Amino acid sequence: MPCVADWLNNPFSIVQGIFAQNSPNSDWEKKVTDYFKEKLKENNATNWVPSLNDVPVHYLKPNSLVKFRCMVQDMFDPEFYMGVYETVDPNTNARVLHFGKYRDVAECGPQQEIDMNSSQTVTSERQTLYCVPVPAGCAVVLNPQFYAYISASQARVSPSTSYTPSRHKRSYEEDEDMEQHPSKQKEQHTGEKGPACLVKVYESWDTFKVNDVLEVYGILSVDPVLSIVSNEERDSSTLEPVEYMDIAEEQRVHSPPSSLVPRIHVILAHKLQHINPLLPACLNEEESKTFVSNFMSELSPVRAELLGFLTHALLGDSLAAEYLILHLISTVYARRDVLPLGKFTVNLSGCPKNSVFTEHIYRIIQQLVPASYRLQMTIENMNHSRFIPHKDYTANRLVSGILQLASNTSLVIDETQLEQGQLDTKGVHNVKALGNLITWQKVDYDFSYHQMEFPCNINVLITSEGRSLLPSDCQVQLQPQLIPPNMEEYMNSLLTAVLPSVLNKFRIYLSLLRLLDYSISDEVTKAVEEDFVEMRKNDPESITADDLHRTLLVARFLSLSAGQTTLSRERWLRAKQLEALRKARLQQQKCVNGNEL
Amino acid sequence: TLFTAIPLDFDISSPLTYGTPSSRVEGTPRSGVRGTPVRQRPDLGSARKARQVDLHSDGPAEDLVTAEQSLGQRLVIWGTDVNVASCKEKFQRFLQRFIDPVAKEDEDVGLDLNQPRYMQRLEEINIVGEPFLNVNCDHLRAFDENLYRQLICYPQEVIPTFDMATNEIFFDRYPDSILEHQIQVRPYNALKTRNMRSLNPEDIDQLITISGMVIRSSQLIPEMQEAFFKCQVCAFTTRVEIDRGRIAEPSVCKNCNTTHSMALIHNRSMFSDKQMIKLQESPEDMPAGQTPHTVALFAHNDLVDKVQPGDRVNVTGIYRAVPVRVNPRVSVVKSVYKTHIDVIHYRKTDSKRLHGVDEETEQKIFTEERVELLKELSTKADIYERLSSALAPSIYEHEDIKKGILLQLFGGSRKDFTHTGRGNFRAEINILLCGDPGTSKSQLLQYVHNLVPRGQYTSGKGSSAVGLTAYVMKDPETRQLVLQTGALVLSDNGICCIDEFDKMNESTRSVLHEVMEQQTLSIAKAGIICQLNARTSILAAANPIESQWNPKKTTIENIQLPHTLLSRFDLIFLMLDPRDEAYDRRLARHLVSLYYQSEEKLEEEYMDMAVLRDYIAFARSYIHPRLSEEASQALIEAYVDMRKIGSGRGMVSAYPRQLESLIRLAEAHAKVRFSEKVETTDVEEAKRLHREALKQSATDPRTGIVDISILTTGMSATARKRKEELAQALRKLIQTKGKTPALKYQQLFEDLRAQSDTAVTKDMFDEALRALADDDFLTVTGKTVRLL
Repeated sequence: MPCVADWLNNPFSIVQGIFAQNSPNSDWEKKVTDYFKEKLKENNATNWVPSLNDVPVHYLKPNSLVKFRCMVQDMFDPEFYMGVYETVDPNTNARVLHFGKYRDVAECGPQQEIDMNSSQTVTSERQTLYCVPVPAGCAVVLNPQFYAYISASQARVSPSTSYTPSRHKRSYEEDEDMEQHPSKQKEQHTGEKGPACLVKVYESWDTFKVNDVLEVYGILSVDPVLSIVSNEERDSSTLEPVEYMDIAEEQRVHSPPSSLVPRIHVILAHKLQHINPLLPACLNEEESKTFVSNFMSELSPVRAELLGFLTHALLGDSLAAEYLILHLISTVYARRDVLPLGKFTVNLSGCPKNSVFTEHIYRIIQQLVPASYRLQMTIENMNHSRFIPHKDYTANRLVSGILQLASNTSLVIDETQLEQGQLDTKGVHNVKALGNLITWQKVDYDFSYHQMEFPCNINVLITSEGRSLLPSDCQVQLQPQLIPPNMEEYMNSLLTAVLPSVLNKFRIYLSLLRLLDYSISDEVTKAVEEDFVEMRKNDPESITADDLHRTLLVARFLSLSAGQTTLSRERWLRAKQLEALRKARLQQQKCVNGNEL
Repeated sequence: TLFTAIPLDFDISSPLTYGTPSSRVEGTPRSGVRGTPVRQRPDLGSARKARQVDLHSDGPAEDLVTAEQSLGQRLVIWGTDVNVASCKEKFQRFLQRFIDPVAKEDEDVGLDLNQPRYMQRLEEINIVGEPFLNVNCDHLRAFDENLYRQLICYPQEVIPTFDMATNEIFFDRYPDSILEHQIQVRPYNALKTRNMRSLNPEDIDQLITISGMVIRSSQLIPEMQEAFFKCQVCAFTTRVEIDRGRIAEPSVCKNCNTTHSMALIHNRSMFSDKQMIKLQESPEDMPAGQTPHTVALFAHNDLVDKVQPGDRVNVTGIYRAVPVRVNPRVSVVKSVYKTHIDVIHYRKTDSKRLHGVDEETEQKIFTEERVELLKELSTKADIYERLSSALAPSIYEHEDIKKGILLQLFGGSRKDFTHTGRGNFRAEINILLCGDPGTSKSQLLQYVHNLVPRGQYTSGKGSSAVGLTAYVMKDPETRQLVLQTGALVLSDNGICCIDEFDKMNESTRSVLHEVMEQQTLSIAKAGIICQLNARTSILAAANPIESQWNPKKTTIENIQLPHTLLSRFDLIFLMLDPRDEAYDRRLARHLVSLYYQSEEKLEEEYMDMAVLRDYIAFARSYIHPRLSEEASQALIEAYVDMRKIGSGRGMVSAYPRQLESLIRLAEAHAKVRFSEKVETTDVEEAKRLHREALKQSATDPRTGIVDISILTTGMSATARKRKEELAQALRKLIQTKGKTPALKYQQLFEDLRAQSDTAVTKDMFDEALRALADDDFLTVTGKTVRLL
C-alpha cells in the first residue's frame, strides 16, 4: 500500500504499478482513474493536493499530482500519441513495454531505443485544452478582494509539506491585513492567480465546452525538454523554406515553454457549478446539504443586512438595492429554444455623471461576487477594444476578447463614461455584440469565414445617466436620498464598516441562491392568470406580455432571495408592487424630462 | 552526408509512415507506350519507400509474402490481403462493365448512362488529354464490396494497381494516344468519414473523405524528387532519387573515383509541387460550445492551388501520422504524432452552387433508423399541425404564421424554364412579419435562424448593402483582393432572416429586389464583376413607422415600404396584440409555465428541434413534389376565383405572382407530407393560408374589403378611385376658368377645396396636379400652374 506522499508526489509510480500488473490489457487505464478517484475521496484528500492557483509553478514538484481551477479558453486539435510503446536494448535485445499516457515525452532509458515498428504499439488520442485561471479571460482580472479571503482560507488547510512556499504564509498575512484596510487592496494582489495551462484530457473530452469552468486533478509536466523542442524547432525552421514559417508560428504558439505554461495531464476532471470556494463544491452531497440548510435557517437576517448595505451603497435608495439583489442572484437556468430564461439585466439609470459613484458601485460588486468585469463604455474603448473573440488562423488559436467570460460573471457596463462621438465599424460591431449578449445571452465568435455562436450566462448591470442605449430587461431609476459631500470617503467607510464575516455571508448568500430550484403551484398559476386578465381588461396598454415576463422574473428572484423555492401569492403581489414602484419612477422621470422616452 | 529535404515530414523508423508496408507493386508499364512517361505519385508516398521497411525486425522474410500454392501464383502484398493480379483484373472489369442505372450527378452531362461510364471517361481522356480518372468509391462499392474495402484499407497499394489496370486498358484501346504522363486514378467519395471530429487513430493510412472549409493555404513548396549531381573533377553526372525525404549524396565519383567531388546541381534536379493547406470543420458539423477542429492537408502537383481559403471542399486522401522527434540526434521522441492528409481528390462543394447546378451537394447523411422514424412521422395525419407546433414552442399561438414559416422552411420545387427563355422559377417562399414592437417577431426570427443549417440573421438597422451582399477586401498581408460574401450569399439554399426590415436604407433594399425574384446577386466592385447565386428565402420582420400599429391605415402606410418590394413576399402576416380575454388567459398560463418548468421537460423539447431539423433536411433533399392533374385544376380554379372577386368591383384582385405563390405553398405542403405529388388537399391549405395572410395584411381599413392592390400597387382600389375623381374635378374646375394660360397655385387649391364636399388636403391636391401633369394637361412651376 503506497503512502500518501506516493500518490501525491510520484503518481507515475502508481500508474506504472497498475500498468505493469494489467498490461497489455487496456483496462489498466480505468483502474488508474478509479484508484485516484478513491484516493481523493478520502477525508479532505482534495485539500492535500497543491493547487496551481495558489502555488507558483516553480515551487511545485514536476510529475507530482496537482489540481487547477480554470476556464477553458480554447481547444486545440486532438492529438495522437503513443499510448503504449516498446523499447529495446540494442545490446541485450531486452524489450520493455511503457505507457505514454500522462506523458509528453516517450521515456526511455539511456541504453534503450524506442522500437517504432513494434506490433505492441498502441496509438491513442487525447485532446488539449488551453485553460486560464477563472475568470481571467484576457483582460478580466480575478477579484482580488474576493479571493484574498479564499487563498487565506486554503492556506490554513493546506499541509505544511516541503513544497508549500514560505511566501505563501506571508501572503496570508497580507490578506488578513488587506481585509481590514480595503483601500490598500487595489495596488497589490495581482498575479496570485496561477498560470495558463495546457490541459491534456484523455476521456470524454467532447463534454467540455469553451468557457466551462473546470477543476482538474492531474500530473504536472514541466519537462524542460518541451522547451527544448520549441527551441530546436525554431532553429531548424530558419533553415527551412519560407513556406514553413507559418507552420512554425503555429507550433510556437501551441507549445509554449513549459516553465510559463505548464502541462497538466488530467486524471480526473469535473465541471464546477460555481467558483465560490466558500461553498461546498457540489451541493448534492450529504454534508453540503446540512451546510445549505444551516445557512438557509439564518437567511432572512443576512438578506436584511445585505439590503441595508446595498441601500447605503446606492445612496439610500432601497428600491434600487432590492433590484440589485434580484439582479445578483439571477442566472440563466434554462433555454427555451432561443429564449434564455432567467437573465435579468438591470439598467441603473440616473447615475450621477462624472463622479466616482459608478466606480464604487463596481468595487462593491467586486466584493460580493467571485468574478466580475467592469466595462467602461467610452468611444475610445468601443472603437479600439476587442470584444468578440476571434480565430487567429496563423497561430491556429482562438484569441480571447472581453466578452469571453465564464458563466455567472458580473459584467458592469458604465455608460456614464460615454460621450458623443463617432463609432467606427468595429465600434458598431462591439455595440451590437453587447446587445446580442444582453438579449440572447450569446456571443458570436468571429471565425473570419463564418461566425459561431457561443451561449453564455452573464449578469449584465448597466449604469447610465438616462436610459441606456443598450437593451435591458428592466430599468431602475436611481433616486438618491442623500448626496455625500465626499463620495470617495463615504464609500470607503461603508466598506470598512462591514465585518469580513458578514461580507462572507453576503458572498455565500449570492452564490447559493443562484443554485436553488424553483416552482410555481397550480393554484398560484391560476391567480397570476386571473391577475393578468384583470389588468388587461382595465387597461390593455398597462401590461403587455413583456411586462408579465418581467414580473414573473421579479417574482422568481424575490422568492429565491427569501429562500423560498415556490411562488406564494404574497410574493407575487410584492413583485407587482415593486414593479409598480419602479414604473412610477420612470413615469415621473418622463414628466421631469419632458418628452424623453 | 545526408541532405535533409523535408525534415519534419517523414520518419524512417515509424510504422505509421507506411502503415501497410509493401510492396510488390511494379511501376506502371513503361514499355510499349510510346511517349507517355510515368509520373510519381507523391500523394500516395512512393513505392520505393515502402520497400525498405526494416524486414528483419519481424522475423524471416518468407513470412512477408504469403504464397498460396493451391491457387497458383497468388501473391498478396505484405500486411494486406491484396493480390495484385486479381485486384487489377477486378478493377479492369469494373471499368469495362460498370453502368450506373440511377446516375444523377451533375458531371454526367454528355454521358450515355446505358454504356459503361468509365470507358466513356477514358475516351474523354483520350480527347482532352487530362490524364486523371476520377472514380466514385460509391460505384466501386456497388460493383465489388471487397475491392472497395481493400481500396479504403490499403490505398497506398491498391491505387497504383488501379493505375496500372487503367493504363493497360487505355493504351490497349488508344495505342497512339500520347498523354502528358500516365493516367492516375483518383478515387473520391469514400464513405469512410464525413466529419473531421470522427477521425481517430484507426483511420491512419486509410482512404478517407472529409468535408470542411479551407482556411489557409501555403505558397508553393518545391519538393525535390530527384537530385542531380555533377563531379567537379571530371564533370560526370548522376541522378539520385529522394528516399524518404533524404538524398544519399554519392561520396565517390563512379567515373574518376575522386572522393567528395560530387556537387548538387539544383536547377537540373527534379522537383514536384507541394502545398500545405489547413482545413477547418464546417460550422454545421460542430457541436455547440466547442471550437472547430482543423487538419493539415498536403496537396501535390496539379492539385496545388486548386482551392482557396474560404472554399468548402470534400477532400479524399490518405490520413497520415508521423512521430515528432525532439532532436534528430537524440533518441528521445515526443510521444505525439503529427497528422496530415495527403490529398488525392478535391471536390468543391460551393463552386457548384455558383454554376447553378440544381442538385444539393451537401446532402446530409441519415441513418436508416432516422429515415425510418421520419417516414413514420410523415404518415401521421396531423403531421402538419405537429410540426408547426414544434416550431418555436416558446412563442405563443400565431399558428398560421408558424405554418407559413414551416412551409417556407420546406420550400417549393425548383423548376427550370431556361429552355423556354423564362429562366428559373423561384422555389423559395418569402415571408414578411409586420406588427407591434414586442410581439416576439425577433424571437421567431432567431429561432428560424438557429433551426436551419444555412440560416443567416441580420438586422436592417446595422446592415449596409455591403454586409448583405458581398464585398471586396484587401488582405493586409498579401495585398491580395478577396471577395467576402455577406449574409445573402451565405444563406444560399437557406433562409436569411432580416430583422428591422423597415430600418434598412434604400440602397440595401434595392439589392433585395434582385435577390427576391431572380435569386441572383450582381456585384461590380473594385474591378470584380460577378453574379452570385443567392437562392435564399427571406424571412423579414418590420415594425410600424408609428410606435404602434395603426389599424386605420393599410399595411403599406403602416410600415412605409415600397410596394415593389412587398409584392415579392408570398405571405405577409400581421403579428398584433389580440386583446381578448381568453387569449390573455392562455398566454399567462403559458408564460408562467416557462418560469418553473424543469430542465428535463425543456430537454425533451430540444429533442424535438433536432427531429424537426432532420425532417426538414430530409424533405428538402429527397422530396420533389410535382403537381397532379387534380391539383393543377384546383389551382386554376383558385386563381380564377381570386380574379373573379375583383372583377365584380372593377379591379384586379390577383396577379400571376399570386398564382406562383400558391403553387409554391402547395408544393411545400406536399413536401411536409413527404409526398411526391401535389394533391388537392395541398392546394386547399395553400389557398387557406394565402387568404389568411391577405386578410391580415391586405384589408383596406376604409372599406374592410381584402384588396390585393394594396400590396401590389401600394394603394387600395378605392383610394385610387378617389384620386382619379379628384383629378377629374380639378380638370373641370380649370376648364370652367376659361382660357387663362396660368393660374395661381394657392388660389386654385382654395377654389378646389371650396368646391369639393370632402376635405381636400394639400397632398391630395398635389397628387391631383401631378396626375394632370402626367396627362400633359398642365405643368407646375413654382407657385404657378400653366396650362398646355
